[in-house]
Amino acid sequence: MTSRTESEDMSTATPTRAPHGDVPTGHRTAEGRAGAGLFDPGQLVRSLPDALRKLDPRVMVKSPVIFVVWSGSVLTTVFSFTDPGDLFGWTISAWLWLTVVFANLAEAVAEGRGKAQADTLRRAKTDTVARRLLDGGAEERVPGTDLRIGDLVVCETGDVVPGDGDVVEGVASVDESAITGESAPVIRESGGDRSAVTGGTKVLSDRIVIRITTRPGETFIDRMINLVEGAARQKTPNEIALNILLASLTIVFLLAVATLPPFADHAGTQLTMVVLVALLVCLIPTTIGALLSAIGIAGMDRLVQRNVLAMSGRAVEAAGDVSTLLLDKTGTITLGNRRAAEFVPVGGATEAEVADAAQLSSLADETPEGRSVVVLAKERYGLRERHRGELVHAEWIAFTAQTRMSGVDVDGRKVRKGAAGAVTDWVRERGGTVAEDAQSAADRIAAAGGTPLLVAVEDTDGARALGVIHLKDVVKDGMRDRFAELRRMGIKTVMITGDNPLTAKAIAEEAGVDDFLAEATPEDKMALIRREQAGGKLVAMTGDGTNDAPALAQADVGVAMNTGTSAAKEAGNMVDLDSDPTKLIEIVEIGKQLLITRGALTTFSIANDVAKYFAIIPALFAAVYPGLDKLNIMALSSPDSAILSAVVFNALIILALVPLSLRGVRYRPMSADRMLRRNLTVYGIGGLIAPFVGIKLIDLLISLIPGL
Amino acid sequence: MGPVLAGVLQLLALMGALALAYIPLGNYMAKVYSSDKHWRVEKWIYRSIGAHPDTEMRWPAYLRGILAFSVVGVLFLYLLQRLQGVLPGSLGFDSVSPAQSFNTAVSFVTNTNWQSYYGEQTMGHVVQTAGLAVQNFVSAAVGIAVAVALVRGFARSRTGELGNFWSDLVRGVTRILLPGAFVAAVVLVACGALQNFSGIHEVGQFMGGSQQWNGGAVASTEAVKELGTNGGGYFNANSAHPFENPTPFTNLFEIFLLLVIPFSLTRTFGVMVGSVRQGYAILATMATIWVGFVALMMWTEFAHHGPAFEIAGGAMEGKEARFGVGASSIFAVSTTLTSTGAVNSFHSSFTGLGGGITLLGMQLGEIAPGGTGSGLYGMLIMATIAVFIAGLMVGRTPEYLGKKIGTREIKLAACYILITPALVLVLTAVSMALPTPPNSMLNSGAHGFSEVLYAFTSAANNNGSAFAGLNANTDWYNTMTGLAMLLGRFLPMVFVLALAGSLAEQKPVPATAGTLRTEKPLFTGVLVGAILIITGLTYFPALALGPLAEGLAS
Repeated sequence: MTSRTESEDMSTATPTRAPHGDVPTGHRTAEGRAGAGLFDPGQLVRSLPDALRKLDPRVMVKSPVIFVVWSGSVLTTVFSFTDPGDLFGWTISAWLWLTVVFANLAEAVAEGRGKAQADTLRRAKTDTVARRLLDGGAEERVPGTDLRIGDLVVCETGDVVPGDGDVVEGVASVDESAITGESAPVIRESGGDRSAVTGGTKVLSDRIVIRITTRPGETFIDRMINLVEGAARQKTPNEIALNILLASLTIVFLLAVATLPPFADHAGTQLTMVVLVALLVCLIPTTIGALLSAIGIAGMDRLVQRNVLAMSGRAVEAAGDVSTLLLDKTGTITLGNRRAAEFVPVGGATEAEVADAAQLSSLADETPEGRSVVVLAKERYGLRERHRGELVHAEWIAFTAQTRMSGVDVDGRKVRKGAAGAVTDWVRERGGTVAEDAQSAADRIAAAGGTPLLVAVEDTDGARALGVIHLKDVVKDGMRDRFAELRRMGIKTVMITGDNPLTAKAIAEEAGVDDFLAEATPEDKMALIRREQAGGKLVAMTGDGTNDAPALAQADVGVAMNTGTSAAKEAGNMVDLDSDPTKLIEIVEIGKQLLITRGALTTFSIANDVAKYFAIIPALFAAVYPGLDKLNIMALSSPDSAILSAVVFNALIILALVPLSLRGVRYRPMSADRMLRRNLTVYGIGGLIAPFVGIKLIDLLISLIPGL
Repeated sequence: MGPVLAGVLQLLALMGALALAYIPLGNYMAKVYSSDKHWRVEKWIYRSIGAHPDTEMRWPAYLRGILAFSVVGVLFLYLLQRLQGVLPGSLGFDSVSPAQSFNTAVSFVTNTNWQSYYGEQTMGHVVQTAGLAVQNFVSAAVGIAVAVALVRGFARSRTGELGNFWSDLVRGVTRILLPGAFVAAVVLVACGALQNFSGIHEVGQFMGGSQQWNGGAVASTEAVKELGTNGGGYFNANSAHPFENPTPFTNLFEIFLLLVIPFSLTRTFGVMVGSVRQGYAILATMATIWVGFVALMMWTEFAHHGPAFEIAGGAMEGKEARFGVGASSIFAVSTTLTSTGAVNSFHSSFTGLGGGITLLGMQLGEIAPGGTGSGLYGMLIMATIAVFIAGLMVGRTPEYLGKKIGTREIKLAACYILITPALVLVLTAVSMALPTPPNSMLNSGAHGFSEVLYAFTSAANNNGSAFAGLNANTDWYNTMTGLAMLLGRFLPMVFVLALAGSLAEQKPVPATAGTLRTEKPLFTGVLVGAILIITGLTYFPALALGPLAEGLAS
């Protein structure tokens, strides 16, 4: 936790969080990155060579359903060679091969998007020369690949950081755009939570000494390249489970088709190998079998597009299952800084007097809180903003941790603003009094979750308190709705804050979170996660500090901020390059979308089979059992055309669904019941009907071709 | 009153009776399997077999209990038949041949009750009563025990323990099946079913000639035959025989008996997992399929084709005039959607489509409502698969009743659904392809094929009914249907118990608004759809060449 603010303190420290935390729903797609945006048909063409390379049986065998199609294609092709005049056999073989190629294409396109990104990353990883520090302070120049854990290296203006590590000496501004896509430089300094530097980033100014923390080849950028290229991709548990189900369905259909020849013999007809393979390929769940791995890769890719790196696909799946979200208050639920909301006069002063004094005392205060006082005075009381230059004789008193107040001495008038205790002491030292209602006003503000700042003045009338500034946490726009949405999705939100319980409660109520953890220590957080997990819940959280690391490791989805320490990044299973804690919500949605896409296409794939039977069974057997022609409800033109249409539809539907598998099924937060009803209608009922229409249309086209 | 109306009214009466029994029987069975008290007679049994009824078993131990018990059962029945000739009470019948003894022993131990023999011409009182009837009780109790173990898997967490097989087995007999069968037998006797130990009578026939009648403990066998979804008739004519099923009332009563435990077990399930609404959802799924099949069957059997049908009011060939088309349709659907296999009419004589409905009923895996116990666990497996697909569509990795359906769970469920299709299709194909087995077919063409398909469908799904026509008393059919029955019964149990063990070890996932609501009608719809599509797709080609070819011919 870095943004803990003591309510008595007037926080003047620079906020450690990146400023774009202010946008609750937004995400940037970094410029110059590949794979963003909508599906481009050109990708299909570009990925074709990769798809053809995947026809290697050693690759094919990894996808059992498509391997069966591949084997079928080989079989029919061999049989076609034995009967070269059989145009039907050749056509079926060709379409079966196309089915395999389309399946490979889906995967190749998904991988291709990552490859482009990996290339960008590789450019950042050009061979660097490191300046290694030797004992005694001398330097030697060694290739970056020779660095070992624990080595100390020096980087100065213009140097590329040779490897991942922590800054142990100095401060520097670093350009991390190679990794994050964000061009604004960031500050990296020794000690604290901003000490981590990443290999491949560039030092823009100053000199730092870095202790290397990873071996060459295992750096963050290496892992990123592996991830986006899919080289490190392992099948996730749910994907494995689905593959098992698909394999068992394939076996069932294999049995149904393999046992058919003796049945047909008895009926007095012979089935050719080509027809049997065609029937088998139509029945096994080729659609989902072809798209399954593309869906997985695309899910990871959607995260990458949002600048989130998942260290394992398992974490993406877990994100869909999350039922408790731990959200840091500052930067996630509230804007990073408190803002002045009202001026409360005390002891007979007027509001205008308070506003005037408050504005004066804040002119030199460049903290967001200070600026907000000036803004409020202008907006509410029409006080023109004065500039420091206008007040020539002014002596500006800066905030220090000792005095805990700031202000200005000008024209014999002394104005102070600060923590109530400090300002009260200041007034009393000068023989003045603090009106009784000042304390009650401060208490009231504190009770409402705000921070009171006392404003006092010493002038010819003596020292006295004028009023109280009400600083309050501002809940970001739309957060209430967002949490209500999450609640409908069955996700409980817990706000984590260092504030006292009173303040925390007030903000929690305003933001509409389900629960809060006040005065949170890392141990409290850990205990909360354990408690939720003991109840069977999956917990997601974000964190950036080293003291967050144990909780990040314990959480089912731990998103480390890229600005955070390397310990935090090691512990989490995702890294957010934008360091935007709000993104946790998007990560959950991406996880759900991945699972929904899998389920929807599986349902679609299985529902498709019904129509294919109605095409193929009458085509095979109506000659011997004319009654079966009643099943030819699509009125397909000929048996050959019926079988071919089913095969063609089966191949084309894969191609047609590639964009959907890459983009993911449209996801909107809603209850499970509504979501199921919607997806069942679209992909279940739709999956039943679509092939009837599709096969009929293809049949119409085929019947126009002479010779078939 | 027309025959159609009569059929519909009988169906409604049946549904009313089942509804009345549902809650009391379901709750009672939940209590039976949750109670920690033993009856005195049960304690004697435990002591005599050396069982410790309070020891919790993990799934391998539970399975070992079932397998040991069943092996002993098969051996005992086999020897009893092989030695019939030297035992008293044989009514003078010889010992049964080895192949047929094996087949019959397996058949009764697996709750199939496939009969390749004529009861009244093969089995004496001792084999019928001390052998076959005993298995009618215990094989049904084994089925319920496995279902209860699976339910415990859902209900329990962070333990691998599934209960005690011996206790579940004994209680199923002493507390459910024996009292139930006793009451049912009294009702049947009161309505005219036979119950004695008399010998063979030579009776003169109306039109001249003579015929032989046996006596026997028919009513009591009949009671447990239906209540335990066994189906093995005392007589070859099974429930079409007036000694077994004398009146239209007993007919309806027998249908009630064979449905009441499988349907009520969904209540037991609901109570034991702590949500009766989950039980209702499973009940609704079973009831939807059952009612749908009955309606289809009545439609196809009442449809009039030709003058003979019109005079009879439907397809009356092979149906008892006492029961008519309506009651025969309800019986045929109920016996094939459970694992009963008792028949009050000849499924071979149904219309082509009607025969197809009986076939498809069994091919669904007999889960609507299915056999005693086996129906519930079969349905829960299908629910697991439906949850896996539908669950993904709500954006979570799938979970059912608070348990994650992960890799291990789906692997076991997938193995389960592979077994019966593999047995049915492969054995049918081999029987059609080899030179001699096809000689058993009475008919040629589509109907002949249906006979073979029906035999293996019935055996592998542990139904036991036969599509009359096929001569199944050959070495090939006795051996192969025997294998189908054995593997079709015990392999699925292995996977069910392993799944139960895996579920019981999990910690429960709390339900949230993001959880798939499996107690809602929408899920029932998904489940019905998944069952019909997945099984429909598996058997469609085979059905097309049998009943569909026949039924669509005209």
